[in-house]
Amino acid sequence: MAGVSPLLSLKNINVTFGGVRALKGVSFEVNPGEVHCLAGENGCGKSTLIKVITGVYRPQLGAQFTFDGKLIATMTPNLAQSLGIQVIWQDLALFGEMSVAENISFQLAVKGKYGLVDKRAIEEAARKALARLGVSLDLHLPLKELPIAQRQIVAIARALVGEARLVFMDEPTASLTQSEADYLIGIVRNLSDSGVAVVFVSHRLAEVLEISHRITVLRDGSMVGVYPVEGMTQSRVTELMTGRNFDSAVIAADHVDAPVVLSVRNLTRDGEFSNVSFDIRQGETLGITGLLGAGRTELALTLFGMRRPHSGEIIVEGQRVSFASNRDAIRAGIAYLSEDRLSLGLNQPQSIADNLVMASLDRILVGGLISSRRKAEVVSRWISELAVKIGKPHDPIRTLSGGNQQRVAIAKWLAIGPKILILDAPTVGVDVGARAGIFEIVRKLAAEGLSIVIISDEPPEVYFNADRVVHMADGCFKSVYDPRQISLTELESAVYA
Amino acid sequence: MKAFVRNFRASFGPDMGGPMVALVAVLLIFGLAADNFLSMATFGSVAFQLPELGLLTLAMLLPLLTGGINLSITFAANLSGLAAAWVWQTHGGVDAPTSAFLFACLAALGTGAATGALTGVAIAYTRAHPILVTLSMMIFLRGLGEFLTRGGDISGFPSYVGLIGHGSIFGLPVPLLIFLVCVATWHVLLTRSKLGFGLLMIGSNLEAAHYSGLNTRKIVVLVYTLSGIMCAIAGIIMLARFNSVRVGHGESYLLITVLAAFLGGINPFGGFGRVLPVFVALIVLQLLSSGLNLMGANQHLATALWGVLMIVVMAARTLASNSHIFRRKKA
Repeated sequence: MAGVSPLLSLKNINVTFGGVRALKGVSFEVNPGEVHCLAGENGCGKSTLIKVITGVYRPQLGAQFTFDGKLIATMTPNLAQSLGIQVIWQDLALFGEMSVAENISFQLAVKGKYGLVDKRAIEEAARKALARLGVSLDLHLPLKELPIAQRQIVAIARALVGEARLVFMDEPTASLTQSEADYLIGIVRNLSDSGVAVVFVSHRLAEVLEISHRITVLRDGSMVGVYPVEGMTQSRVTELMTGRNFDSAVIAADHVDAPVVLSVRNLTRDGEFSNVSFDIRQGETLGITGLLGAGRTELALTLFGMRRPHSGEIIVEGQRVSFASNRDAIRAGIAYLSEDRLSLGLNQPQSIADNLVMASLDRILVGGLISSRRKAEVVSRWISELAVKIGKPHDPIRTLSGGNQQRVAIAKWLAIGPKILILDAPTVGVDVGARAGIFEIVRKLAAEGLSIVIISDEPPEVYFNADRVVHMADGCFKSVYDPRQISLTELESAVYA
Repeated sequence: MKAFVRNFRASFGPDMGGPMVALVAVLLIFGLAADNFLSMATFGSVAFQLPELGLLTLAMLLPLLTGGINLSITFAANLSGLAAAWVWQTHGGVDAPTSAFLFACLAALGTGAATGALTGVAIAYTRAHPILVTLSMMIFLRGLGEFLTRGGDISGFPSYVGLIGHGSIFGLPVPLLIFLVCVATWHVLLTRSKLGFGLLMIGSNLEAAHYSGLNTRKIVVLVYTLSGIMCAIAGIIMLARFNSVRVGHGESYLLITVLAAFLGGINPFGGFGRVLPVFVALIVLQLLSSGLNLMGANQHLATALWGVLMIVVMAARTLASNSHIFRRKKA
């Protein structure tokens, strides 16, 4: 794209919050029609930069801001809007009860004639915006009835109604399956072909590399550099983002001499999964990968006693078990780390300490009452054992970063003294750098004899951290791989086939 | 000033500030305005009036902390009182022997527990909103009570019943002693018991508590059952104080209990709150009403001022959380 004058150009951006420098002399440039990736760990300044560009935050003196060749003295949210700069935040900010058309054109609805809402104009604008994306949706359907991928499309269409020229997308694929993500990537390509520049913020490095033209990497509020995507690899991007080098090596080993802890025989739940059979030995790690909707979480919830199997057996240490609730599973030594840390895995408003002891209350009782001394002991023991970075134990857990929250969630289960730990999507919403830390813990626990199941829709996570990898699709165990005998690419092509 | 605030917070907890400030303000204002306010008479009247509202507030407190509410408390209290009255009446009315006391109390507690358990089961298993379930329960209990009493008063109890309502032990009114025991029990329940831990957890996120292996249904049923038992204790005290049972006794307390709980720093959405600030808030409300009474003001004006107090405390909380001295350090 040499010779093209940039659509957006920022130079020397400094932002300070109460003494903390959130952005240090950052430059950023986007060309017309380009797909540009903004990469960096949480807290590196990505959101701050987006908010500077949209006029929410004002940079310090000395900043230079041009859009479409014109110097912008002071950016404001209104000015950004009228220039065609739009942001699609991760939560989408859509209205669940309103129709697709109303969601897309709601800026028009606000400006209706005589203070009234012009329904026909709303639908016309919505149809046009969707047509530009090459998509057709039922305009009258309430938004909440659409799958998340289609809600994303509604959010993009809404940006187009606002005559977008530059669209920021914050983690657009975080909650999508691979095929949905692929579809969305196609949409982004259409957008880029029609001359709209897209800035993509994503944790999924594979798709970032697939879709972007250039990558700007931020680390700790500073600019690491701008790189063309040709010749970039995932590990190189990770290295640039974290400033560290993560050696990935297969750790798979044989555990034939260890006793079998969990056996599953022909486990079936109609419509969710069928005829699932496997054994896990002490200290062994089983990886389950596959697309969302393959029945992975349903299987995990059944093992955890929260759903009843229709047929088949679960055998824990030679005993056939039948769980009436997850309390039975917990008593049998099975722990389940939920994929949804925000609403199921942790009780976000409550304290770090209370979250940590939530599953193991019986262990801190003295004479039937909770002993605050024992509670403090348990909390400080696990905080130091898993190296969780916290302020005070009674701070709400939502004040912690994703990685530290996940450590507390793991500690909560370790505190019950489990035999089997099921980790469902343990790195969702966790920074690349912190992910490695989570897997270090997992490997250490396996070495200490815990049997672990890792469920992930990212094949590399299971490939590098499990002894065996199961590919699950349509509710069945399609095949089992030994990571020592196949390459990651072979595994990925099997999963994404 | 900062050090004082920090020390205060460390020893009493951050939610104690509002009620304590209100307490000092009420004592100061009425102490200066009415020269006979700071007297044994005032405290005597507060001590006798506090328990009724107080016990009903304790009955309201647990459901509020789970993110629910119990709108049937006053009728559950009176229906429990009615059960006790029935026992006394069948044992000879005014001449009922002392042994009937135990049966009467058991009948009341059993009735309260049963109404609460029924409410709890309905909420836990239908997942209907507690407002709907307890509203239905409230209408059911009121109708049932009015049917049984034909809308009138039931009276004629043995003389020892009066001791519960008006007697004193070591100079402390019996209702107050009962109330203090209940406050202490609720305090221990909330701060030290598994049930207390669990009910606060489900108050802020029921699903997360369920995923962590807490028996959320059992907790909900127990919470409403305990609420019902507390209603029964309130019902016995009301019976003894008025020497009669009437379905409508204390009906106006219903929403005041919610007010007292919020004054005491209970999170309106559940999950956070302690008993002791609520206890202080109750004393403030009672002092306010006694003080106005002493100055010859209309009783209805006192009710109006309770509402004003609530708004003032809300505003003060917002101001305090915005000022530098009171702001908690962010993590």
